[in-house]
Amino acid sequence: MDMTGSYRISATRETVWAALNDVEVLKLCIPGCEEIERTSPTTMTAKVVQKIGPVKAKFDGAIKLLNIDAPASYTIKGEGQGGVAGFAKGGADVTLSEEEGETILEFTAKAQVGGKLARLGSRLIDATAKKVATKFFDNFHDHLTDKDPPGN
Amino acid sequence: MSTGIGARVTRKEDKRFITGKGKYTDDVRTENQAYAAFVRSPHAHANVKGIDASAAVAMDGVIDVLNGQQLTGDGIGNIICGWAISSKDGSPMNMGAWSALATDKVRYVGDAVAIVIAETQALARIAAEMVEVDYEELPAVAASDKALADGAPQVHENAPGNLIYDFEIGEADATDAALAGAAHVTELSLTNNRLSPNAMEPRSAVATFDEAEDHYTLYTTSQNPHLARLVLSAFYQVAPEHKLRVIAPDVGGGFGSKIFIYPEEIACLWASMKTNRSVKWTSDRSEAFITDAHGRDHISTAKMGFDANGKIVGLKVDTIANLGAYMSLFSSAVPTYLYATLLSGQYDISNIHCNVRTVYTNTVPVDAYRGAGRPEACFVMERMMETAAREMGMDPAELRRANFVQEFPHQTPVIMAYDAGDFSANLTQAMEAANVSGFAARKEEAATRGKLRGIGYSSYIEACGIAPSAAVGSLGAGVGLWESAEVRVNPVGTIEVLTGSHSHGQGHETTFAQIVAERFDLPIENVQIVHGDTDKVQFGMGTYGSRSAAVGMSAIVKAMDKVEAKVKKIAAHVLEASEDDIVIEGGEVKVAGTDKAMGWHEVGLSAYTAHNLPPDMEPGLKEGAFYDPANFTFPAGTYICEVEVDPETGATDVVQFTASDDFGTIINPMIVEGQVHGGIAQGIGQAMLEQVVYDDDGQLINGSYMDYAMPRAADLPDYSVHHASTTCPNNPLGVKGCGEAGAIGSPPAVINAITDAIGTNNLAMPATPQAVWNAIQAAM
Repeated sequence: MDMTGSYRISATRETVWAALNDVEVLKLCIPGCEEIERTSPTTMTAKVVQKIGPVKAKFDGAIKLLNIDAPASYTIKGEGQGGVAGFAKGGADVTLSEEEGETILEFTAKAQVGGKLARLGSRLIDATAKKVATKFFDNFHDHLTDKDPPGN
Repeated sequence: MSTGIGARVTRKEDKRFITGKGKYTDDVRTENQAYAAFVRSPHAHANVKGIDASAAVAMDGVIDVLNGQQLTGDGIGNIICGWAISSKDGSPMNMGAWSALATDKVRYVGDAVAIVIAETQALARIAAEMVEVDYEELPAVAASDKALADGAPQVHENAPGNLIYDFEIGEADATDAALAGAAHVTELSLTNNRLSPNAMEPRSAVATFDEAEDHYTLYTTSQNPHLARLVLSAFYQVAPEHKLRVIAPDVGGGFGSKIFIYPEEIACLWASMKTNRSVKWTSDRSEAFITDAHGRDHISTAKMGFDANGKIVGLKVDTIANLGAYMSLFSSAVPTYLYATLLSGQYDISNIHCNVRTVYTNTVPVDAYRGAGRPEACFVMERMMETAAREMGMDPAELRRANFVQEFPHQTPVIMAYDAGDFSANLTQAMEAANVSGFAARKEEAATRGKLRGIGYSSYIEACGIAPSAAVGSLGAGVGLWESAEVRVNPVGTIEVLTGSHSHGQGHETTFAQIVAERFDLPIENVQIVHGDTDKVQFGMGTYGSRSAAVGMSAIVKAMDKVEAKVKKIAAHVLEASEDDIVIEGGEVKVAGTDKAMGWHEVGLSAYTAHNLPPDMEPGLKEGAFYDPANFTFPAGTYICEVEVDPETGATDVVQFTASDDFGTIINPMIVEGQVHGGIAQGIGQAMLEQVVYDDDGQLINGSYMDYAMPRAADLPDYSVHHASTTCPNNPLGVKGCGEAGAIGSPPAVINAITDAIGTNNLAMPATPQAVWNAIQAAM
């Protein structure tokens, strides 16, 4: 299932773009993110804890930034191994456009799981993925517009 | 009260089962016990680029982590399929290699890549999480028709287009001609849904290597421990047979899924040698969904032609069967010789042709599951008959009756030669018991409550008593399917019967004892049935295909014949009478018409003291026999199902289910009824609830009881079970077998009833409320 969303952020497109590429910001905004480390300008490794249905797993994952068209759009892809729980993969196409000095962030995201996560949690994966994606962009929006960054 | 043939003897084994004293494989604890967990692929199809077990091995309490390269490096052989099927062009089946632990490639979610051995089960499972496997994902295919499509991902290199074999049976040209000349042709596309077996006891293995003796012992959840030992020795080269003891203790249900020799048993045996520890593995329920062989998964199209009087003139069936990622032990035989040979049903049909293509997919291997091929055949036949009757405006019962085989023996065009039956008697008995004549009134009454009531028939036949060895050998079977027995009369007159059959819920310890108690007129308590241990029973072929009565008991009868002859010789000698005048009754061995008698126990004692035996007689009283059946047996019957459907929700209740079976001689009616009840429950489960679902990526997405619907008591009606039997002419007891009939006959009866209720025929299994509601809506 493709999930879509749109946010209006009171910041310039350059600011939003910079934040989308800032490891510290991503760490604060990815739900359940415990560690994130940049390994190249477009790749990162991360540890993320997620609960999908009855399965809670820590994912050792890799994050990649693709299709970069600064500062207008990119694709962020994540892929994590959750041990015996299986694996989870997700990605989002993100576009930024300017409107009256503010930025419109739009995304289309999808997620896929395998192994035990699929076996036990498939019914819940769409709902969980939607929750995770929405939470990420909520956090991101709040981070750029609120005094208190998320995670505090 | 009689305890002989036909008596409702309560089950001897139930005392230990219902008091929690059964001894199952997981109850076995050996000294030096270690525990195994498997590292399994979360991907349906991937190359294994590397395995890093260093973090797991470094954990306290982890003994070792072993992988497929080590396994094959030690000479452990690939897992085999035991029945060679050829394509119609004569080419052999395309069997891909299957290593107990994958070496360079995984082919389904659950494929094992490593075994972790640790001091506790919990530790083994945690350590398995620490093993890092570098997978390179490959495109996967789960559905059988997609696997045959151009450009589909290749599961095995040596099976181009994923085709394992392209098999046919019957006469294609004659059948086409018959259909071309038919007054009416009924056509259907049918899916037989994939099922997970779900035995109550999950699979388990405890493997112990004795270094001093160079000897292995394997406790395992098996329906056929001797076959397991044979295959483990001859093909997997774990150990030679005399250095391997296989014990299948109490086993909590099998339904076919415990026939096969799985990767886990092989890996545990090998790991016990590598680590010099006793290695125990027990599946959990979630693991069972992705490791126990699944059942069914056919898609078929069928055409049945009739003349103007409703007589069947021809049947043509085209089937694709999904065998999963690897060929399991009997997987090749199930959709061919256990399926296509039953496509004559109960009917006299001159022209039949069936084509079967089996395919590899990235799914759990598919093999025999309760009924194994016959439920799929019965579903095709009985959906066709009901549909044809509706299309031609005929009564479905009378259309069947008009086409029944009337004379026996009857040779079908698809190998099987039916030996006995009275199909019309079963149909009549079922119709009377179901009060079919009152159905119209019941339907009318249901309508006043807003319910749609429907009735559906299924007149099934199956082939069991598997199987005549020479016949199956000529069809490609790798083994003979006889059975063995040994009857030991102890010096005190009690009897132990060693059988190669295996009981995992069937009640053999009771029914087998009944035939011994009857033959020697002894208390049933004096008879003990011994099975499931290769050190006790010399050889046997195990229990599946409803074979234990027809084949296993027949071997016991043969051994009892020999015991009886010797008993009579001893008694005649001691009592100074003619053997021909000796009778065995009432705990005594007597000279007929006189008061000369010995106690039964005295004969036993005489045999072992050997103080006064006939001059040429060996001491002892123990006789063995091997019995090879002359033919399959053919249980048959009619099932009638009535349902009520709520058209607003699609919710369907099975409100009445009537069975009339012909099982031949019935040893214990209570146990037979229990088998029928359980079989129908599984059949209703398949028809209305159960289905293993794979997504397009080959992920099994309903692998727990939250998502896989098992039948529960509230889903099932109070069955009405009846018998109208003919005697099987091909075995000494006249028995046919009852273990699978319920699961074979019931699914089409249920679907025929629901489609009758809702007035549209377009309904696939499982007929969930959603599926029924959608069918109603689509027909509006």
